[in-house]
Amino acid sequence: MAETSWSDALFDVLVRQDIRQVAYVPDAGHTRLIERCTAYPAMETSVLTTEEEGIALLAGAWLGGDRGILLMQSSGVGNCVNMLSLIENCRMPFVSLITMRGEWGEFNPWQAPMGLATPDVLNRMNVQVHRVDAPADVVVTLDAAIAQSYDGMLASAVLLSQRLIGSKDFEVVD
Amino acid sequence: MTDSLSLLDRRETVACLLRDRGDLLVISGLGSATYDVAAAGDDPRNFYLWGAMGGTVAMALGLALAQPERPVLAITGDGDMLMGMGSLATIGAKRPANLSVVVLDNEVYGETGGQPTAIAHGVDLVTVARGCGLNALDHIRDMNGVGTLAERIHRADGPLFANIKIDAQEYVRVLPARDGVWLRSRFREAVLGLAP
Repeated sequence: MAETSWSDALFDVLVRQDIRQVAYVPDAGHTRLIERCTAYPAMETSVLTTEEEGIALLAGAWLGGDRGILLMQSSGVGNCVNMLSLIENCRMPFVSLITMRGEWGEFNPWQAPMGLATPDVLNRMNVQVHRVDAPADVVVTLDAAIAQSYDGMLASAVLLSQRLIGSKDFEVVD
Repeated sequence: MTDSLSLLDRRETVACLLRDRGDLLVISGLGSATYDVAAAGDDPRNFYLWGAMGGTVAMALGLALAQPERPVLAITGDGDMLMGMGSLATIGAKRPANLSVVVLDNEVYGETGGQPTAIAHGVDLVTVARGCGLNALDHIRDMNGVGTLAERIHRADGPLFANIKIDAQEYVRVLPARDGVWLRSRFREAVLGLAP
């Protein structure tokens, strides 16, 4: 499945699961999904200055009756740590869709530390991690993560592996 | 630094903002702002933060977007606002008319021993908020200004930003519930009619 195709499939999951607020710090791997969400009138998309804002924003959204999701890349997980105490203390739903960097053909060493630490950091803050490596698993995994977050009150993160989304390819200009 | 003669009393200020509150929804920032909101009278439509520093304003934004027909108020201190200052840009990009941000500005970190914040060194939150596109009022230094602000919070012509210069007096703490699960459940029951 091409990136456009599974991004569209992920968007369909968000619609079906009645996700009303989408908060994000962009990643190239989320480009298509962010475009689809922004163009959809029934979703409020908020571009954040830092990922931890998204946790607080979505907690407020849920207090007001909206389901939401946080889109970010693995480097942003490190920015979220203390704010995740809000989710745990209040046992609020939380779900994040995270594109991985620093793990598969990565050319930028600055992405490696948080790429490696992302699953552990999330686990330590009681966010259950679901990793997706195969295109065929993308839809079912996000579906399950949203369901267990909003129905089961289990904070959840779906990691889209760098092998799945493709290594970022920078053209070197002399 | 501000002339101490013109500083307002934080409890009187918050009581004025929450009098005749109608269907106002309130998120309060950790520390004294939470105690001030509790001192004005507990209400299930108050959500008191005891941690999550820097998150008060972003949380109020999410709530305001979910409940566009109700006025939403974030009340917090200058320390919490400085930590979450990026949220003012996030609000500026969304511009929800029903959201108001009120900063109780005493220029110190009151919970930790009164260390000066960046405000004491000349940083101006009103200028920041204005630059982010919020409808930012000039610094509020008298109770007439607080009364006018209380009316505007209900008018939904925001996003509104107000920085209120208060004195650094520490009151006996009025401690609301700390159980986040209970606080969020009673809030959703009061606002959405949902059982926990």
